Amino acid sequence: MEQIIEQYKDFLNTNSVLLLAYLIGSITFILGLKMLSHPETARKGNLIAAGGMILSIFGTIFLYKHKVEGSGDFAGLGNYIWIFAGLIIGTVLGTFAAKKVQMTAMPEMVSLFNGMGGACAMLISMIEYHNDLAPEMGKLVIIVLGMIIGTVSFAGSMIAWGKLNGRIKDKTIPGGQAINFILFAGIIILAIMVVGGFAPGSSHILFYGITALAALYGILFVMPIGGADMPVVISLLNSFTGVAAAFGGFLYSNPVMLTGGILVGSAGTILTILMCKAMNRSLKNVLIGSFGGQKAGAASGAKEQGNYKEISLNDTAVLMAYAQKVMIIPGYGLAVAQAQHTCHELEKVLNEKGVEVVYGIHPVAGRMPGHMNVLLAEADVPYEKLLEMEDANDQMAGTNVVLILGANDVVNPAAKEDPSSPIYGMPILEVEKAEHVIVNKRSMKPGYAGIENELFFRPKTSMLFGDAKKVLQALITELKSV
Amino acid sequence: MEQLSNFFNGNYHLITIVILSIFLGIEVISRVPAVLHTPLMSGANAIHGVVIIGAIIVMGEARDGDYFSLILGFIAVVLGTLNVVGGFVVTDRMLEMFGKKKKK
Repeated sequence: MEQIIEQYKDFLNTNSVLLLAYLIGSITFILGLKMLSHPETARKGNLIAAGGMILSIFGTIFLYKHKVEGSGDFAGLGNYIWIFAGLIIGTVLGTFAAKKVQMTAMPEMVSLFNGMGGACAMLISMIEYHNDLAPEMGKLVIIVLGMIIGTVSFAGSMIAWGKLNGRIKDKTIPGGQAINFILFAGIIILAIMVVGGFAPGSSHILFYGITALAALYGILFVMPIGGADMPVVISLLNSFTGVAAAFGGFLYSNPVMLTGGILVGSAGTILTILMCKAMNRSLKNVLIGSFGGQKAGAASGAKEQGNYKEISLNDTAVLMAYAQKVMIIPGYGLAVAQAQHTCHELEKVLNEKGVEVVYGIHPVAGRMPGHMNVLLAEADVPYEKLLEMEDANDQMAGTNVVLILGANDVVNPAAKEDPSSPIYGMPILEVEKAEHVIVNKRSMKPGYAGIENELFFRPKTSMLFGDAKKVLQALITELKSV
Repeated sequence: MEQLSNFFNGNYHLITIVILSIFLGIEVISRVPAVLHTPLMSGANAIHGVVIIGAIIVMGEARDGDYFSLILGFIAVVLGTLNVVGGFVVTDRMLEMFGKKKKK
């Protein structure tokens, strides 16, 4: 520990300008997070935090001084070419990826970037371990913990990324929880051996052994969790990476890494819990993976299906044109078809005919909370027309036609009626209170949670099959001729 | 025991920072509308990219010829930058769409 204490004192004595930069950096992170949680200030908050980050990074590059071994002198950082090359490559790739990504793929992008942060923390710990031949116990604990958390976050985020873009399928491993427990215990035992120096001579093998186990743990931890729960898992892994970054802060006695990391760690944990609440599920429930795990049982548990009835475009157009109020309920299908602009157009055509149009937004419609708001905002749909779930349900009774565009689980009545359903207890949009329900889907396939939806067989419901964008375009044409 | 009190004395500032930051993190986002969950997660994701500072320090302290540190450090800088830049840009893109309707 003395090494770190010394380092900290040196740091305070030699880097006062840099410390100021770090202080400003920390403040921008706090302000940024605060502003990000209010709709009006969110964008500015993000930019402020980014500004603080740039200041901290360049402050470090040019002002950071470390003690030269064997003398009392301090030296600045070297290897500028490598550092700047890395920064430039990362900036170009990062900007490119972030600008190119489609709105539907946002969650997996966040997961991917989160994994990069985790990997970065992991590599830092590896290098420090490699370079410090006789580290003190305190420093060793920090190195090992940072490595474990960074690795779990990296491996887990990669799996979450693969699952969201469909490269990796949900898999329930038999006895998965027992395996995870054994892995976890193994990691702790090996970590104690490394830190306590119980295996002199072979500790570096043990160290990399821990890395491998931690990676495996991250993979198995995320593997069985159902795709619909991925945002929650990403948010949790996000806070893990925050904690890993904070360990880096301890390692270098670096206040901005410490505040940034811990802030994200604690804010991320709270956010994870808030997300669970929005879905009316407990975190434990999500992590055990009952959502994905029960999939097979749920599908077979669905009652024998009745008949569903289809509705023609023409009838739909007539029904909507003579309605007083239409509520559109968007889901992932809308996002996949990139139909948000066409949807807005339909809204305008209906408005011209004197029909009131609102949108019923379920908090977890799409692949992540707020996904639909982002998407519809992109198409310039006015904010006031987006109703949150409670308001939408209140207005349902006065609605003539509900048009469901590629949403499924968020309108599944099983969540209210069937206690054996894996989504039982999740608040839903109660579309059956409206007069007519028209469901646009590509096929009768179940939704993302893999559960049959009885709504489609109910008497009020009519099915309108097809790609959301094409159907909406055809509907607009029909409407204009009504 | 002495080690413990040494640890506490030496790291008093850092420990204070950690504890205050935990409470700040909780306070700062305790009331967020569901609409902002995703952008907030993305923004927080960018902020933990601050780990890049560690990568820069490792890289800058690496001696010539220490290829282990240089190469891993270089990868760490690239990955950390991806986290920071990608994170902030993606968040901005999400929020840009909220901003548009404000001007109307």
